Amino acid sequence: MRTSVFFGTVAAAGLAAGLASAATLDDVKAAGELKCGVSTGLVGFAAPDASGEWAGFDVSVCRAVAAAVLGDPSAVKFVPTTGKTRFTALASGEVDMLARNTTWTFSRDVDLGFEFVGVNYYDGQGFMVPAELGVSSATELDGATVCIQTGTTTELNLADFFRANGMSYEPVPIETNAEAQQKYLANACDVYTTDASGLAATRATFEDPAAHVVLPEIVSKEPLGPLVRHGDNQWGDIVRWTLNALITAEELGVSSANVDEMKGGTNNPEINRLLGTEGTLGAMLGLDADWAYRVIKTQGNYGEIFETNIGEATPIGLARGLNAKWTDGGLLYSPPFR
Amino acid sequence: MSVTAAPPSEGFRLSQLIYDTRYRGMTIQIVALFALMLAVGWLVSNAIANLEALGKDFNFSFLFATSGYDVNQRLLEYSSQSTHGRAAVMGILNTLVLAAAGCITATVIGVLAGVARLSKNWLIARLMTIYVEAFRNVPTLLWIIIVVAIVNETLPAPRDFRGVETGAFVFTNRGFYLPEPLFSRSLGDIDLTLLKISIDLLAVLAVVFAGLYVSKRIGSWADAKQAATGDRPTVVWYRLGIVFVPLIILLVALGFHLGYAELKGFNFKGGTFIRESFVGLWIALSLYTGAFIAENVRAGIQAISKGQTEAAYALGLQPGRTMSLVILPQALRVIVPVMISQYLNLTKNTSLAIAVGYMDATGTLGGITLNQTGREMETILLLMAFYLVVSLSISAVMNIYNERTKLKER
Repeated sequence: MRTSVFFGTVAAAGLAAGLASAATLDDVKAAGELKCGVSTGLVGFAAPDASGEWAGFDVSVCRAVAAAVLGDPSAVKFVPTTGKTRFTALASGEVDMLARNTTWTFSRDVDLGFEFVGVNYYDGQGFMVPAELGVSSATELDGATVCIQTGTTTELNLADFFRANGMSYEPVPIETNAEAQQKYLANACDVYTTDASGLAATRATFEDPAAHVVLPEIVSKEPLGPLVRHGDNQWGDIVRWTLNALITAEELGVSSANVDEMKGGTNNPEINRLLGTEGTLGAMLGLDADWAYRVIKTQGNYGEIFETNIGEATPIGLARGLNAKWTDGGLLYSPPFR
Repeated sequence: MSVTAAPPSEGFRLSQLIYDTRYRGMTIQIVALFALMLAVGWLVSNAIANLEALGKDFNFSFLFATSGYDVNQRLLEYSSQSTHGRAAVMGILNTLVLAAAGCITATVIGVLAGVARLSKNWLIARLMTIYVEAFRNVPTLLWIIIVVAIVNETLPAPRDFRGVETGAFVFTNRGFYLPEPLFSRSLGDIDLTLLKISIDLLAVLAVVFAGLYVSKRIGSWADAKQAATGDRPTVVWYRLGIVFVPLIILLVALGFHLGYAELKGFNFKGGTFIRESFVGLWIALSLYTGAFIAENVRAGIQAISKGQTEAAYALGLQPGRTMSLVILPQALRVIVPVMISQYLNLTKNTSLAIAVGYMDATGTLGGITLNQTGREMETILLLMAFYLVVSLSISAVMNIYNERTKLKER
């Protein structure tokens, strides 16, 4: 009996792992669509809009890769994953890449066998409390009940923060954002904690966002970025340089509005290399010369994606902050296209 | 000796393996066994190859690494500096507490509802039918979420109690606070490194059990006296006294008093805290499984011939006593075997707990630990082994009980 259960697991793992194979690029081309793991619904980052189309900051990264590889930004199959299922989904080959507010950490990169291709959002864990509590700092939260979304680095940061400040708390781990929100809004917890960007996105969906405040403390470094499986370097390079193309395009002033004009040739050799009018960067990736052109044409550059999905003009209202390009005092810095 | 004509001995031909009914069954079994072994072998080697391809090894050393996260309901000492193994133990204990509490209440609810469903009172019988059908036909997870949401949304939050005088019992949307027993002249704890045992509790238990034992001895002495002389001495006061007088003396000596919960900061402090997630799961699982048990009980009762009831009435037994003394004992042998699977269901359904933030074994070992360590294979195997052991233990205990209640046919 016990052995048959063991074999059952082995079988399940074996079958799942059997789906993963080395040349992801060929698989994606053969399938004609990119399977992209996203969150189960976080407005601004990845959520279906009113017409059922996925939209958001992370979704744009998926669409950019699809535009580069398949020439069609809509050729993406979005696979919603929870914090708990996302790594298994990627490791088993159920998705080709993951763009789901995932923090780049040592153990995920090294021990879990994934490859983070870069950072598309520099985040940090924060706390949200109802304004009526009158709390102005996270150090006043001794004894509070804290709702956490499970399967994230959040639990560890939270434990470390409260321990370092000699405070006690009552953790309430919840599987999905929706149920955690319900508990928080029913006052079954005093505090809701997750990445500050997630808090802003969650707050934007509340009936009365002004009744909740995000506390000033950011208790962790959460560089969020897309990731792929270890072992397929070509695929890793494609996703990495698609992300870099978005960032470089902003830096070079290439946007969805002027990319057609610049495609005709410019005096800046880096723009020419990026858009494929000079050099063979596309061929080196195993793609055609227009890959980055399609990415920028359909998705816009990093700055455009940021402003349409989560920027200050949107209900989420995030400032660029750390995510400004390096020339503006932020951290976004792409290696050169050369 | 009779000699029969020997059949023509043609020796064994291979075709007999298929065409001869004496061998065919064996052949099919052996072929099936080989096919099964091949399939299993292929799966195992495939899993090993794929784990290697992913660069993952198979080991359990993560259980001894620091977990780094907190568990809200801790039945033993635990902090975020404890190991993943200890976090798993916390989760396992939480699962067991929930399963045990659920099984007991589900049985009580189920037996009452099952009997009531057969009631001659039209209203009671119909109400029980509605209960059974409503709970049986909606998934457990929904009931759990509904019950917890009701607790969360309807009861007041702790901060609503500000400036309100709270008594011994406080009901908030985060859980219920009951008075806790405190000892002002406590004897301390025994520290067994893995767990701490309160000496006070041991002392109280020792006195109670000693009292009960002596009381039982007095009872059998009275029985013997009654059997010998026909005169039963009045011993009820001695029996009560021997249990309660030493207990009260001990409690007074230890300075026993009740501690009430008080609002301090964000939450109540002190008292015995029962989390809303626990209460919600407990209620939902008990009602859900209770509905199934009610049906089992009804089936068991209806399996008993009507003649038994009539015979009991003819002897002058009241309906209540007929049920408890005549019908239920006989119905048990029909009920108990199916009851086992209901207990197993309830125990396995506790794994839905993380949906409402109760940290059971699935939440700690199969949830946060799995996530933080990335050891899916190992944690899921451990989790399966745990549920298997628990389920087999419940089966074993219930089978022993079944052996004792089943009809002895001589």
